[in-house]
Amino acid sequence: MESEVENVPFRFSITFIRVLLFLLALFAFGVVAVRFLFGLSAVTNLNDDWPWGLWIGFDVMCGVALAGGGYGTALLVHVFHIERFRPIARGAMLTSLIGYLLVMAGLFLDIGRWWNFWRPFVSWGHDSVLFEVFWCISAYTIIQVLEFCEIITERIFRAFHKIFVAIFPVLVIVGVAVPMMHQASLGGLYLLMDGRLHPFWWSPIIFVFFLLSSFYVGPAMIVLESAVGGKILQHAVSIDVLKRLARIGGVVMLIYLILRATDLILRNEIGNLLGDSYEVFAFRAEVVIGLIIPIFIVFSPLSNNRAWLIVYGLCASLGVFLNRLNVVVTGMAREMGSFYYPTIYEIAVSVGLVAAGILVYMFICENFKIVEE
Amino acid sequence: MSKGVLVNLTKCIGCGGCTVACKMYNDNKWVDDRSPSSGENAQLADENWTVVKQFKLFKNDDTQVWRFVKHQCLHCQSPSCVSACFARAFQKTDEGAVVYFPDNCVGCRYCMIACPFKVPKFEWQTPIPVVTKCVMCYGRLKDGKSPACVSVCPEGVMKFGERESLLREAKETIANDSRYVKHIYGEEEAGGTSWIYISDVPFEKIGFNTNVVKKPLPSYTSFYMKCTPIFGAIWVIILTAFYFITKRRNTIKKQSAELSYKKTTENNSDQNQNLPENKIVDKKIE
Repeated sequence: MESEVENVPFRFSITFIRVLLFLLALFAFGVVAVRFLFGLSAVTNLNDDWPWGLWIGFDVMCGVALAGGGYGTALLVHVFHIERFRPIARGAMLTSLIGYLLVMAGLFLDIGRWWNFWRPFVSWGHDSVLFEVFWCISAYTIIQVLEFCEIITERIFRAFHKIFVAIFPVLVIVGVAVPMMHQASLGGLYLLMDGRLHPFWWSPIIFVFFLLSSFYVGPAMIVLESAVGGKILQHAVSIDVLKRLARIGGVVMLIYLILRATDLILRNEIGNLLGDSYEVFAFRAEVVIGLIIPIFIVFSPLSNNRAWLIVYGLCASLGVFLNRLNVVVTGMAREMGSFYYPTIYEIAVSVGLVAAGILVYMFICENFKIVEE
Repeated sequence: MSKGVLVNLTKCIGCGGCTVACKMYNDNKWVDDRSPSSGENAQLADENWTVVKQFKLFKNDDTQVWRFVKHQCLHCQSPSCVSACFARAFQKTDEGAVVYFPDNCVGCRYCMIACPFKVPKFEWQTPIPVVTKCVMCYGRLKDGKSPACVSVCPEGVMKFGERESLLREAKETIANDSRYVKHIYGEEEAGGTSWIYISDVPFEKIGFNTNVVKKPLPSYTSFYMKCTPIFGAIWVIILTAFYFITKRRNTIKKQSAELSYKKTTENNSDQNQNLPENKIVDKKIE
């Protein structure tokens, strides 16, 4: 049986959607080439007022958060040994790995002096929160690659499989602690922005909010992935597993919502939510779409319905997406004195990266044992 | 010890000589078509490390006056760009200047976000960019000379010296002359800056951000960064504990399930055993 698996050639079926995804990725590649040849101003709307834009706000901030399903699932399945979630573990961890590789790619083309990317490894600016983010993201990406080796050595380079199985527990434990640290630190980057980032988003415990939201968005993303994966790969995760997972996310969401409300009350900001500035609108949208609707769904009988679970997944993920963009863009706009809109090329690169990620995910699912029976 | 510059804005006539000296000493280009270095639209840019901006405003609500504000890096006592940089591309020297080391710079631009005075600028137009800002003419500073801009000012607007004595002088000046506003900009802003300003018109009317926090900005993150490794280590220990506890719990569950299965089969053959005990075991397995 096993030797049979080894002899099957790698396959990748071509469909219309896959061709489309490939073209999107190709276009992004062209834009990236222009960026490297002519500088950031050639394709982006970034300027001295807006040093960070879509690529940091979406590719990095959202990318890392949305990939949070990997460490969350690893925590539940491999550390807490909750067997019922085992069927989703490999899929979630694979998505996380691809997510982090995309974040790395996004970062690499956003930094101006990319040939110096290794500098923080030798020139330690250890007072900077970014230092921790950089080290932890690098370390975690390597850990994830090693974790993934446990899967690929089932099929190729099988002599090494035993080694990877042996070190897997160590990888998993470190691989849960490290991402939790940098998820928090991505928020910690904004501690310095007291009085500048709008007080709806700035908080002395903004790092706690980033950590909790990266955790609760995990189940939401897994629900979405299983919806897409279920169609494409003819494999559906049982609704009971998804519901229980969503409930865990829901509890964390509830804690997050209470903490944020308490934080706003203690800082005397809650009254300002009655105003009608664009910040108020953005904040309300974030809370209603990203927290209230999904919390309602997971704790109501609606959660027995697959379609409603997908709505939950969409809303919770969109909420984290809005939160990160509100921190990077909306909350800084008043301070910067102008507003930032990404160019069509910036959007094309973000879309193209995601398209490339989906293609890689599909290829791996078709050729390795990601979906466990 | 730590050098500084006292800028008396009441003396500036807006000639822009300092901006010329800056460009000559630091070998920067003129980019007036996109970012003028003097006039009403003056703004700091990659090639403009200092600018003189003109403001037309009403003093005492009736007389229109002109004021000229020289702007450059304020060289904070505890610079947030230095604490923000994860590769030590910005460093505060003993002389007080905050200097830039392009070889360390990754170009992430976190310094630009972190600076409360929006000083660091970036070369957006080139594929091999650097972050730029005034470095207080560090080459001259090391030789005990004043920065180029200070040395050429015909009106004596700027005074170079020890920050402490300049601060004392500024306090005396504004205390003895009622025409000055009672605020030394840079005394406390962002924990204090090496360049300090006095003025006869309110600072917020001439482009200064007066809402800058008084706490040194690095203090926001230094505690966080000190806690992180400890937190990480404790977390690894907790996770390891959970790993073994839950693993053992599962093994015990499995074993007792097997055991009770054996027992049940044995019991079925042996009619003398009482049944209720088996029922309890069954419940546990579930």
